[in-house]
Amino acid sequence: MSPSTPASGTAYRGGARAWVGRLVPPALVLLLACLPLLDLRLPGVLPGPTYTPGTLHLLALAMVMAALALSYHLLLGVAGLLSFGHALYFGLGAYLLGIVMSELELGLVPSVLVVLVAGVVISLLLGAVSLRVTGIPFAMVTLAFAQAGSVLVRRDPGRVTGGEEGLRLPTEQVPDALVGVADTRNLYWLALAALVLAFLLVSWVQGSRAGHVAAAVRENELRVRVLGMRPFLVKLAIFVAASVIAVGMGMVHLLLNSGAVPHIVSAELTISLLLMVVIGGVGSRWGAVAGAVLYVLLNQRLTVLAQAAWVHDLPAPLRIPLSEPMFVLGTLFVLVVLFLPGGLAGTVARVRRWRGRGGPPAGADRLEDVDDEQQAATTGGARR
Amino acid sequence: MSTVVLLLFTGVGLGAIYFLVASGLSLIYGLMHVLNFAHGVFLSLGAFLGFEVASRLGATTWTGFAASLLVGALAGALFAALTERLLVQRLYERHIEQVLVTVGLGLAAVALFDGIWGTDPRFITGPAWMGRTTSVLGANVPNDRFVAILVAGLVLLGMVLFLRRTRYGMIIRAGVENRAMVTALGIDVRTAFTLVFTIGGIAAGLGGVLASHYFGYVSPLLGQTLLIFAFIVTVIGGLGSLTGAAIASVVVALLQQFANYYLWGTGDLAVVVLLAVVLLTRPSGLMGRRA
Repeated sequence: MSPSTPASGTAYRGGARAWVGRLVPPALVLLLACLPLLDLRLPGVLPGPTYTPGTLHLLALAMVMAALALSYHLLLGVAGLLSFGHALYFGLGAYLLGIVMSELELGLVPSVLVVLVAGVVISLLLGAVSLRVTGIPFAMVTLAFAQAGSVLVRRDPGRVTGGEEGLRLPTEQVPDALVGVADTRNLYWLALAALVLAFLLVSWVQGSRAGHVAAAVRENELRVRVLGMRPFLVKLAIFVAASVIAVGMGMVHLLLNSGAVPHIVSAELTISLLLMVVIGGVGSRWGAVAGAVLYVLLNQRLTVLAQAAWVHDLPAPLRIPLSEPMFVLGTLFVLVVLFLPGGLAGTVARVRRWRGRGGPPAGADRLEDVDDEQQAATTGGARR
Repeated sequence: MSTVVLLLFTGVGLGAIYFLVASGLSLIYGLMHVLNFAHGVFLSLGAFLGFEVASRLGATTWTGFAASLLVGALAGALFAALTERLLVQRLYERHIEQVLVTVGLGLAAVALFDGIWGTDPRFITGPAWMGRTTSVLGANVPNDRFVAILVAGLVLLGMVLFLRRTRYGMIIRAGVENRAMVTALGIDVRTAFTLVFTIGGIAAGLGGVLASHYFGYVSPLLGQTLLIFAFIVTVIGGLGSLTGAAIASVVVALLQQFANYYLWGTGDLAVVVLLAVVLLTRPSGLMGRRA
């Protein structure tokens, strides 16, 4: 979709490039779908050939996190809500699915429906309370709710969550095709489908009336009120949509890892989502996906590096930082915030603008780019 | 009766520690609108360095304890001042980025502490008197509670005197009230920014040493765990209000202790419920301005 520019060579080329641009995502999905059948190796990035269960599991995890980061993008990138409690809904999906299946002895599909309904109800309730405040107080309130959830899961008052040990997937309720190491490829395809679904859902919400109004509220809430709209309801709608997507991803995560551990409800998980979205670039959907994939792969590689023999032989001032993956990731994050405003997506957009300087609508090849760039520019500008 | 007295003292002692963390957070937020996620690591660093100094000078002596308090306060102050100067100040007026930078610093610092001191808790010993109890109205109250209450009281007094009686205190109070006006009058508020961070760091460092005695151990996650309660305290007390933080820390800690004892260990949940109630009835907190 090229923007309507005067008929010229540039416009034609823009149109052709837009066609290629539109073909890239389906092609990428197709390639990802074929990975379990291929023998590709990326030494240093992936732990082994792409058909091995270990690599597939890592990739599936990256895709689940990417989908979760997309739902966080709805909150932070679209509605401008800095939540520190998004992990609550991810954990809710994982734990509640396990509990419903083992305690009520329902099958997988009815359990998923029950959990989705519960997710809508809980996120409506908590969202309505937390959205009474905005900005930094909102961050603190969501953090407190998530902390309460985390405490509940760890203390385990009803003897259902397994406490610190975590919850085991009740395999008797799950189809055989989704259980066991040999079936990792099925779980991989499930994760891929979940990511595609999440991307479509997020795009739909972002492009809907509610999405546009939420973006307007992010920029200037007073003006939206003056126009006679109710920011609270719109923000609540976005909050519920993001939470329900997170609930869904939590359920996929439970199946993927054959269980749930308290870490997935913790504030640390929300903070890592924040890292992914910010490293990828706030306001960009592709940025959220790229940030999440980068984060998961980097975390895995750094953990491997921390156990490497040569790291152990280094003197302490080098060894200690290198053997702590979170130290490297945290430092990287600080550097991105300080020196790369806009993250990966913002940098790509800037490079494109430099290259396209001179042409009339520079860099604006696709509507989505225009949208993302404008968002990056406006959010950046608002904060400056 | 003795149980109630014991819970009262334990609660106020815990409240004292919450106050030491929350007062800095609240001042920083009030002046700069920055939610400082690295505040917990100021506390942990103070606790760890205090522990190292005390164990070198003799952990059971009063000299060791006093030195650990001093070193904890200095470490917190220095770390906080450097954080403000090197990271937060570079992102002047960009509040979300400032929060993000402190989040990243918090993550990196906790990981670094993990690497240096290990993830397992280090158990703390203090002067023998601190481990004993004093009988108050039939309740055997551990003595470290009194020390925590005393130090927090002194810090509160010092902060109030500083804010009321000194020129910089006046600038800070004016800045919390209306920062644009202070800047317009030609006063460089940035010095005040570094100063509130330093004050917050001192309080957090002291809080770290006292918390390690209160809980009996120090671990890299000590600060971040306390930080979450400190956030709740600042929201309940009203962001930017020192008195609000003082009252709310005692209320929150007492509620937590009593609910833990009488309501089957539901202290943490009770605190979150209190937070929800406060937000529903008074969104700006107990002492917050602007309804």
